[in-house]
Amino acid sequence: MDLYLPIAEMSVNALVIILLGAGVGFLSGMFGVGGGFLTTPLLIFYGIPPAVAVASSATQITGSSVSGALAYWERGQVDVKMGGVLVAGGVIGAGLGQVVFRLLQAVGQIDIVISLIYVLFLTAIGGLMLRDAVTALLAARAGQDPPARGRRHLSWVAALPWRMRFQRSGLYISPLAPLLLGALVGMLTVIMGIGGGFIMVPAMVYVLGMRAQAVVGTSLFQIIFVTAATTLLHATASKTVDIVLALLLLVGGVAGAQFGVRAAQKMPPDRLRLALALLVLAVAARLAFGLTLRPAEPFALFEGA
Amino acid sequence: MRRILPLLQWLLLWPLLAGAAPIGLITQLSQARIDINTTFRGAELLVFGAIQYPRGQAPDDPPDIAVVVRGPAAPVTVRRKERIAGIWVNAQAVRFESVPGFYAVAATRPIAELADERTTAIYEIGIRNLQLSPVSAAGDATTRTFEAGLVAARERAGLFAERPGGVELTRDVLYAARIALPAAVPVGEYAAEIHLIRKGRVLASTSAPFVIDKSGFERWVYVNAQEHSLAYGLSAVAAALMAGVLAAAVTRRR
Repeated sequence: MDLYLPIAEMSVNALVIILLGAGVGFLSGMFGVGGGFLTTPLLIFYGIPPAVAVASSATQITGSSVSGALAYWERGQVDVKMGGVLVAGGVIGAGLGQVVFRLLQAVGQIDIVISLIYVLFLTAIGGLMLRDAVTALLAARAGQDPPARGRRHLSWVAALPWRMRFQRSGLYISPLAPLLLGALVGMLTVIMGIGGGFIMVPAMVYVLGMRAQAVVGTSLFQIIFVTAATTLLHATASKTVDIVLALLLLVGGVAGAQFGVRAAQKMPPDRLRLALALLVLAVAARLAFGLTLRPAEPFALFEGA
Repeated sequence: MRRILPLLQWLLLWPLLAGAAPIGLITQLSQARIDINTTFRGAELLVFGAIQYPRGQAPDDPPDIAVVVRGPAAPVTVRRKERIAGIWVNAQAVRFESVPGFYAVAATRPIAELADERTTAIYEIGIRNLQLSPVSAAGDATTRTFEAGLVAARERAGLFAERPGGVELTRDVLYAARIALPAAVPVGEYAAEIHLIRKGRVLASTSAPFVIDKSGFERWVYVNAQEHSLAYGLSAVAAALMAGVLAAAVTRRR
């Protein structure tokens, strides 16, 4: 079923886009990640202009996160206070990201920078998660208790002033740490068209030391607001939000997310983390490979630039 | 005296012109407007018409027809990837000021056989004869490499095409050419130019305009995204939120 996208200005196979959305939505519900780190590269690979792919995938993530977040909300696994701080940081970051995005676009390095950032972040985070998951799994196999983590959160986080209590997260820390984290992720949301969950979730665990049950729900909660702000930024500044593309992705995505949440409840958390770690590393490896491989076509066209 | 001079010239030339009575072209397009709607997958434009010979007689050696269809021009920057520290980055760039968004030429013969290079260059017949107006500090050789890269990319997308033998000539009078417009054609004002060429000289030229534009839903979405961008963004967010809530409600009921 061919469909013409009004903003991307090209004809696509609607079924392919819906299936793409469904697959990514499943992962989104399962791991509490927006899935943008898969959607954006896949869309670009399909031939959608990068600027449209980034903007429209942000819109899609809003929808798929809502359906996931609602599921977690009912289980009381969302820390609204923590989420609010993260959103505040995220909106600031999104504004900064827009400036950086324009700058990189002007010098024609946006695609390279996007790939490089992906490789760096995905490798670092995937590696951390893999180490942790393997340690836990090995300990479980040997019949021991999983090794207790030494520090609840990193020392520089504990050193920040104005500490606040975050009940659901089980934390008593300065809001500056989540604010900074939110800003960093918000910036990446604008530049890369991602929800940032794959950075946010591990950072909440390893940097802030949040209670595991509240992590995924809170991450989805903040993703809704930051991606909504990103959609508005892209819609007004670069006019690259393709509502038809976003809705196609959503049709598959929202359904996939619900099944993802259910699958996640059945799966042991350590396995879940191992699976996510491997997925993240696989994407990183693919992107790194793409960067070093001699391109089939050395010339790239930038219209109107 | 100055006013009389053109008149004199005209009087002197008149017998010559009348003797060689101008050869004319009549042209018609299958569509004056091509709509891009939800199911748009590309279109085919039929350019057809007739050659008007003086006194209605076709000569023994048939003339050639070249049909050029071009879309709106826009600047394009071409960047070349180079390996720096192990990874491929966009390095050198050449900007071309006026690159048609679509360019197709069909002719009765290969372009090189129609006329000499100078003539085909003047009329911009043939992809290699397009004047893309490069702006570059690099040398001519580099610019040419980039131009070749640009042309190759557009050819792969079906946006630049050259079809020798693409014009059908019936009884040396009627001509017809089918021009394929891919789904990726840019919107805007287009023109079909028809050139009548004989013995390497362009004897007559005519041009027919047409428009490619989004229609219906596609147009509505596009216009709103451009002119009411904040409202458009808000409704995109609202639609996304609604889809999410709806899906959550539906799957929970099961």
